[in-house]
Amino acid sequence: MSYNWNWGVLVSEPYLGWLISGTQWTLAIACLAWIMAFTLGSLIGIARTTPIGPLRWLGTAYVELFRNIPLLVQMFLWFFVFPEVLPRDWGRWVKRDLPMPEFTTAVLCLGFYTASRVAEQVRSGLNAVPKGLLAAGQAGGLTLPQIYRYILLPLGFRIIVPSLTSDFLAVFKNSSLALTIGVMELTAQSRQIENYTFQGFEAFTAATVIYCVITAIVVVIMTRVEARLRVPGLLGRQQGAL
Amino acid sequence: MRFPRIMAALVAAAVAAFAVPTPAAAQELYGTLRKIRDAGVIKVGHRESSVPFSQFDQNRRPAGFSVDLCMRVVDAVKRELNMPNLRVEFIPVNPSTRIPLIANGTVDIECGSTTYTLGRSRQVDFSSIFYLTGTQIMSRQNSGIREVEDLANKSVALVLGTTNERAVKAAIERLRIPNVKVLMVKDHAEALLALETDRVDAYATDEVVLWGLRNQSRIKDQLVITGRLLSYDPYGLMLRRDDSAFRLLINTTLAGIFRSGEIEQMFRKWFEPAGIPINDRLRQIWEYMALPE
Repeated sequence: MSYNWNWGVLVSEPYLGWLISGTQWTLAIACLAWIMAFTLGSLIGIARTTPIGPLRWLGTAYVELFRNIPLLVQMFLWFFVFPEVLPRDWGRWVKRDLPMPEFTTAVLCLGFYTASRVAEQVRSGLNAVPKGLLAAGQAGGLTLPQIYRYILLPLGFRIIVPSLTSDFLAVFKNSSLALTIGVMELTAQSRQIENYTFQGFEAFTAATVIYCVITAIVVVIMTRVEARLRVPGLLGRQQGAL
Repeated sequence: MRFPRIMAALVAAAVAAFAVPTPAAAQELYGTLRKIRDAGVIKVGHRESSVPFSQFDQNRRPAGFSVDLCMRVVDAVKRELNMPNLRVEFIPVNPSTRIPLIANGTVDIECGSTTYTLGRSRQVDFSSIFYLTGTQIMSRQNSGIREVEDLANKSVALVLGTTNERAVKAAIERLRIPNVKVLMVKDHAEALLALETDRVDAYATDEVVLWGLRNQSRIKDQLVITGRLLSYDPYGLMLRRDDSAFRLLINTTLAGIFRSGEIEQMFRKWFEPAGIPINDRLRQIWEYMALPE
């Protein structure tokens, strides 16, 4: 392979600044999208477990729609197609006056997509709470909201912490698709550095390392969270015979 | 006694490998030509929407002015290697991937619309220049945009990873044009879409690419291509560095096409439908690049 390596490019200005700015955009997109996905996904996950038919139906429709369309396609649809199906004035507002249109669209799109995955985790968590507890709640005279508030949610959410970690990690990695609609996040900045310096391998190596560091930090934090929230007896019991 | 038998077979195979006579000419091969001969395939990089240089035709097969030139190079490679049945594998590339894919050996020759720059020559090599163009601006007729200065307080789409992107950004900075909103997109098709859907007021890239895109557009009558050339963009076919033999083969092929005047027929085939006439700038470059045998 004929390639002239030059690692110095990574610490020279303005390229170092581009990498830092790209990292900041990646963190901003991923964190905002995660907050949105966690909130919306929890609500939809809960909706899918309620005994109320229309709510369940809505939740299922949402999950199937957003989970089954590739994220890349969704980015394109939200950015290019969505403003066109709106009434003319609204579409124009989205395209021209929306603050930071690329960034906002990326956060919303990633948030909606990830919410469908969180919803599935939440649903499986709630379903994993032993049925006996539910029956006990009902027998004790708790209303449906009370059963959720005091039994299902506290247990269900703790059960799914480990699997939510991988969705949290996926948000950081999926945020790289925002470059297709023009957000200058980490991957886009790496391409930009390649464009200016023709040192693409160095730029993408740097991006790889930064992604790894970010995800490693997330893993460490989530392991702590997991250890704190573990329900003694409940999680352990799943492995053995009930 | 299995083990010694295997050893004997290995030794026999090794001896056989050395004993097979190789043609004298083939022994001198190195670099890309050798790689092509050994693999039995030449990997041709092409663009998907770089009209009319390198694009998909109705059957989703690569076609265009650069692709035609490349296919002549492929013919020359077949003759040189005496491999009439050499397989051609087309690999789509885009401005962000084309240099790494050449450098890492995935693509042997890129037939697109790549500007020959000295900076890029640190990573890849280029053939003779076969086309000469520059950056202009395409906008809606009623937008009032004629020159780069008119982009003040307007939005413009640029394709990430192109020389045109750099040229426009440099012009904006140099001329201190205030409040230009830049939308980075990933290819020409997306840039055109952004312009058609009124997400941006203008799209700046190679003049000839703009003509091709305008021709494809559903609102072509509303689009105008204007402005002075903001950059000097000579196009070359891209190949790996440090490979004089392969470059010589490419340049010999190109010089033959330029010298015989066949280049004008190829030009008309692809550029006349887009309404782009031959200019003296192009005639001159072909004359200069028609190196004598």
